[in-house]
Amino acid sequence: MRWTARDIRSLGEGLVYLAPSLVLFAVFVFIPLGRTFYLSLFNTRVTGQATTFNGIDHYIGLMTSPTFQSGLVATGLFALYTVPVGIALGLVLAVLLNQRLRGINLFRTMMASTIAISAAVGALIWNLLFNPSLGLLNYVLSLVGIRGPEWLIQPGIAVVAVSVTTIWLTLGTNIIVLLAGLQGIPEEIYEAARLDGARGLRMFSRITVPMVSPSLFFLLVVDTVGVLQVFTQIHLLTRGGPVDATRTLVYSIYLDAFQNFQFGYASAESVVLFVLVLCLTVIQFRFIERRVHYQ
Amino acid sequence: MRRPLRPRTAGAYALLGVTAVLIAFPLLLALSYSFMGASEIATFPPPLFPKAPNLDNYAAVLASIPIGRYLLNSFIVSTAVVIGQLLTASFAAYAFAFLVFRGRNLLFFVFLSTLMIPWEATIIPNYMTIRSLGWLDSYQGLAVPFMATAFGTFLLRQAFLQIPRELWDSARIDGASSLRFLRTMVIPLARPALGTVAIYGFLSTYNQYFWPLLITNQTLMRTTQVGIAQLRDEETLRWGLIMAGVIMVAVPTLALLVLGQRQLIRGLTAGAVKG
Repeated sequence: MRWTARDIRSLGEGLVYLAPSLVLFAVFVFIPLGRTFYLSLFNTRVTGQATTFNGIDHYIGLMTSPTFQSGLVATGLFALYTVPVGIALGLVLAVLLNQRLRGINLFRTMMASTIAISAAVGALIWNLLFNPSLGLLNYVLSLVGIRGPEWLIQPGIAVVAVSVTTIWLTLGTNIIVLLAGLQGIPEEIYEAARLDGARGLRMFSRITVPMVSPSLFFLLVVDTVGVLQVFTQIHLLTRGGPVDATRTLVYSIYLDAFQNFQFGYASAESVVLFVLVLCLTVIQFRFIERRVHYQ
Repeated sequence: MRRPLRPRTAGAYALLGVTAVLIAFPLLLALSYSFMGASEIATFPPPLFPKAPNLDNYAAVLASIPIGRYLLNSFIVSTAVVIGQLLTASFAAYAFAFLVFRGRNLLFFVFLSTLMIPWEATIIPNYMTIRSLGWLDSYQGLAVPFMATAFGTFLLRQAFLQIPRELWDSARIDGASSLRFLRTMVIPLARPALGTVAIYGFLSTYNQYFWPLLITNQTLMRTTQVGIAQLRDEETLRWGLIMAGVIMVAVPTLALLVLGQRQLIRGLTAGAVKG
């Protein structure tokens, strides 16, 4: 179709209003993304300037690096420990909060309070809770006869500690999203199920969970993408250690770029992060499309 | 006359109360520890409540770091981001909701596509941009990169679309300019959505850690989050003092949660329920 003078004029007017956002997106999102790709194909000086082209060498370097591979495992473990538990816990609490009781809003605010808490604040408080001599966590465990681990010092446990902190920090969001999902379930469906004799756990697994599954799936993607981007808790609790046990993809980018000054190599890691997040988002869009078709 | 609680209802309240306290426990503990002396914290078993609550830790925080300055920095940067986002997002949402032009859908997709790009994946070139602009250790460096928001634009567009089309038509017939229509009709009608965008922008900027850590070096340019983390490194194991710092930094966001809970919930559920 040809562009008429009117088309161009109306596009011009539209662009005037979009320009402030578009300029900012160009400077701080799109061009940097392009530069990340570009830098990943070059060797760089310690100041970050690209020097010599070296093709996909950084990517080959990544694939053959034991540190990078163990980093991907750490990232995967972190997601595996954090996301399912966080969503399950959020669902149980949302069901608990989805009752018609006087003053229920007070409980909702209290349980959702972690949405306002920064990762730095959360990490510092949990740092105290994990403290082996002063911390309450191991004391409580000792009351039930469990000898608590050295949370931040044992490699296998440090990931768990970072995960516990992250679950707590994301719990508020999970509760609010799932509560909204629960409130969208029509009362008639519960009544019909009740007439068929469904009660308690059976009602939960046959009615509640399927009906709230769009919210569950939304959180699965959003929480996983969130975990892939976690920096603060790791920086404040473990600094990627012990022996790289919590050196996730994002933490590797930080260490390689801003501690080791290997900007090209760290850019290749950034590209991997981008691709992972992109895949997850595309899966979500496709799922939503399918859901819309079913309706 | 109050009806007596039925056992079932009483049970529900008990369960809710215990769970709510458990979830808020880390925060309540931080509050309690912030009133305890170092020797009391070191006793075994770990104490829950201070024996002689005092404000010594708060005084110590004020003496050891310029926390007032950190709070001021965080407020300046977060407020700047909120104002920037409200302006850029209202303009963009206005174009997407009211104007008709070729390429509109494509441009809307361009906006949404920024949601798929994690900030951490572009942090290296962004650091270099800020450095070459001479914006390290500056409010511009902390605020400007976050002044456009696809999420906020999306939210405002949804709100603007609820505004009756006839208002727009009659404004055009009256010869009102676009800017005037936006200011006198759209903005007042979309106030709740603007509130959501504002609270979101403020919370997420105030709570940032990675970016301010990266681009600030001078003590006086630090934000609250970087400042309290520094407190931990400098005042090792003085947990009462660290918790006092944590409380001072968390109070503004908790106040915002209580005041803007409805707006926050609307924002969080927009993504999940739409789609």
